[in-house]
Amino acid sequence: MSNTYYEPSDLRKFGTITEWSEELGKKFFDYYGSVFEEGALSAREKSLIALAVSHVVKCPYCIDAYTQDGLKRGITKEEMMEAVHAGAAIESGATLVHSVQMMNKYKKLSM
Amino acid sequence: MQLKSLKKRDNVLANAKRQLEVLSNGIFQDEELPTFRSKLKTLNLFPLQPKTLEILQINVGYMCNQVCAHCHVDAGPDRKEIMTRETMQQCLDVIIETGAHTLDLTGGAPEMNPHFRWFVEEATKVGVKEIIVRSNLTIITANKKYNDLPEFFKKHKVHVISSMPHWTEGKTDQQRGDGVFNASIKALKMLNAVGYGMPNSDLKLDLVYNPSGAFLPGNQAALEIDFKKALASKFDIQFHHLFSITNLPISRFLDYLIASENYEDYMYNLVEAFNPAAVNNVMCTNTLSVSWDGWLYDCDFNQMLELKVDSPVQHIRDFNKETLSKRTICISQHCYGCTAGAGSSCQGTVV
Repeated sequence: MSNTYYEPSDLRKFGTITEWSEELGKKFFDYYGSVFEEGALSAREKSLIALAVSHVVKCPYCIDAYTQDGLKRGITKEEMMEAVHAGAAIESGATLVHSVQMMNKYKKLSM
Repeated sequence: MQLKSLKKRDNVLANAKRQLEVLSNGIFQDEELPTFRSKLKTLNLFPLQPKTLEILQINVGYMCNQVCAHCHVDAGPDRKEIMTRETMQQCLDVIIETGAHTLDLTGGAPEMNPHFRWFVEEATKVGVKEIIVRSNLTIITANKKYNDLPEFFKKHKVHVISSMPHWTEGKTDQQRGDGVFNASIKALKMLNAVGYGMPNSDLKLDLVYNPSGAFLPGNQAALEIDFKKALASKFDIQFHHLFSITNLPISRFLDYLIASENYEDYMYNLVEAFNPAAVNNVMCTNTLSVSWDGWLYDCDFNQMLELKVDSPVQHIRDFNKETLSKRTICISQHCYGCTAGAGSSCQGTVV
């Protein structure tokens, strides 16, 4: 058996976080539940946003959960991959926009 | 290469006893997950008992022109089990006697039974309120002799219910075999052409969605909207309702779950999604399933697991309404499939 920091079956135990802090755990799950309800955005759209964010925050549990959630909703693999690219574009954009700071500093320090 | 049935392949899971062992061992034996029986007991819902018989679901044979990866019947061209006319007559006698309003014909491909048309005609004559045919669609285009099925269905006002796992070719063929999607689209157009599935038409055409993989179906109403939009815009196809059905962990789907190492997660998902409200409306409470050779079961899934009704009356020839109404329904862990989420039945969700 391999030893890793991530154990896939731990996802099933997510609910047990309430055991060590019932009040906060309950508040979190209530909030979580409300966030993903049908609203101004459809539950389907929110599922794709969650999938993109899962990749950006690099959460393997979330990726498993929202890939499965997408399949349940009939979301296609093309839609899923486009969502991941949207997340990846923002993430790389966030890196690249910092290069303006690099350029500013470079210019300031250079004669 | 075309898939063969588990039976033809001599796969251990072709044996119903072995399937039941798998469903009772491991995570359920270790009590990591509660058995279906103990789950019902904790909620005072045990034992499950039948209500009034409304639907007689008849499996007229396991022969099919398709070999779907998830098939709970393990049906295919290599299956030769076929219902005789004599057994069909016994089914008709029972439906008259009980006043059950629906005759639900399934298989295999029910249309491949040589007495299929006779059976439908006789059922119409004796005044069965609703005759359902669970058609795989591709049978309509598979051979010239089946091309007139849409007209035949129309003549007898048959309610057609057909499988369609997705509105894309890839996902459909992955579950149901190469070429199935295109043949299904062609058959749906033929059904639409004679009036099936059109808005306000009394020729009912419903589709069945079941997931093509180890996940549970999503919201039925939302899926119906997506299916309608996609089939109308891409193929100009209309249908009435979409029934979402959960894949039960038996037969070929169980084989797939085990082989793909999804079995435990899938069972966890089913148990976690257990909905007590679905228990009141599970289909085994208003349906009886009859096998090709006339044996009686609480549902088509129990038929495949060879769990005959727990009653002194076990065969259609000995049918006795009173005796059968006193039975308790046979259950195992596969039953979690019908109680997950919004529930699942041959008519879709139940909650």
